[in-house]
Amino acid sequence: MIVAERKPIDEIIEKIKDYNKILLLGCNECVTVCEAGGKKEVGVLASALRMYFLNKGKEILIDEITLERQCDHEYLEEIRDRIDQYDAVLSLACGVGVQFMADKYLSTPVYPGVNTCFLGATEKRGLWTERCQACGQCILASTGGICPISRCAKRVLNGPCGGSTNGKCELSKELDCAWQLIIDRLKAMDRLDDYEKLADIKDWSSDRAGGPRKVVREDVQE
Amino acid sequence: MRLSYPTSIKIIRVPCTGKVDVIHILRSFEKGADGVYVVGCMEGDCHFNKGNFRARKRVEQAQKLLEDIGIGGERVKMYNLSSSEAPLFVEYAKEMSEKILELGPNPIKEAKKSLRGQNEAVSG
Repeated sequence: MIVAERKPIDEIIEKIKDYNKILLLGCNECVTVCEAGGKKEVGVLASALRMYFLNKGKEILIDEITLERQCDHEYLEEIRDRIDQYDAVLSLACGVGVQFMADKYLSTPVYPGVNTCFLGATEKRGLWTERCQACGQCILASTGGICPISRCAKRVLNGPCGGSTNGKCELSKELDCAWQLIIDRLKAMDRLDDYEKLADIKDWSSDRAGGPRKVVREDVQE
Repeated sequence: MRLSYPTSIKIIRVPCTGKVDVIHILRSFEKGADGVYVVGCMEGDCHFNKGNFRARKRVEQAQKLLEDIGIGGERVKMYNLSSSEAPLFVEYAKEMSEKILELGPNPIKEAKKSLRGQNEAVSG
């Protein structure tokens, strides 16, 4: 899922302080799971903002809506008939949702309420870690299901590098060396022979190096 | 044991402090409460194992938010006691009540009053 983190409240306040009617828009997908922008976080942030502005002598209208998703036309259309009631939208969706909102409702200012961080997993409640960089050419088949692109600081394809000590990365003693994890897993699967095979030079044109990307599936288009 | 505690305190009963969420605490302040304290069972004695630990975390979250928006995190506190400790319940109630008296009324309440006054002046 896409992992995000709520922006500091000061930064949010600075952006919306000149508006009187704001729609605080949550998203029921990834940002709900990482507790950054779901219905609950919308409620808490709306309450905090209302109180902040009241304390500054300004009564501000903050309506709360949480859509199923903000990255799909059909759900974003649900607010079309009421969007004109607001001066601005504060979206707690990831960067995708914020941009889709901006594309769709051209004249309504939209502000992000979260920082979109990475594609990751919930290791435990309150701890999310990066697992994928969406490089567009998945190599997990040859690395024992552990991704050196997202989990190795150097994105080394034939690792580990010299900075790996006792299974940890030289960046931090708490950071696992991805290549140590790969070797351990290949060993557990009795596939260490795969480790001996040199990885081909990776085609980075499908990563960000090739500019903004798109996936086209004419077979499912209407 | 007929002990008395400050009459300004309104008790809201919940099945377990684990039921208390940040939004409940914030809404209390929006509605004009001067302070909120959560009284849970002793740590380690929760019937639902983690209820009072979860409550403590949420109280801390609410404290941080209230501090950030200028209402003051000190207005929220978590206490733990066992159900047989009535004198301690009274002690905590008095402690919190004194703390709130020292901090003064919830600024939101005052702000609402003054805004209402301005609106009436405009319409009158």
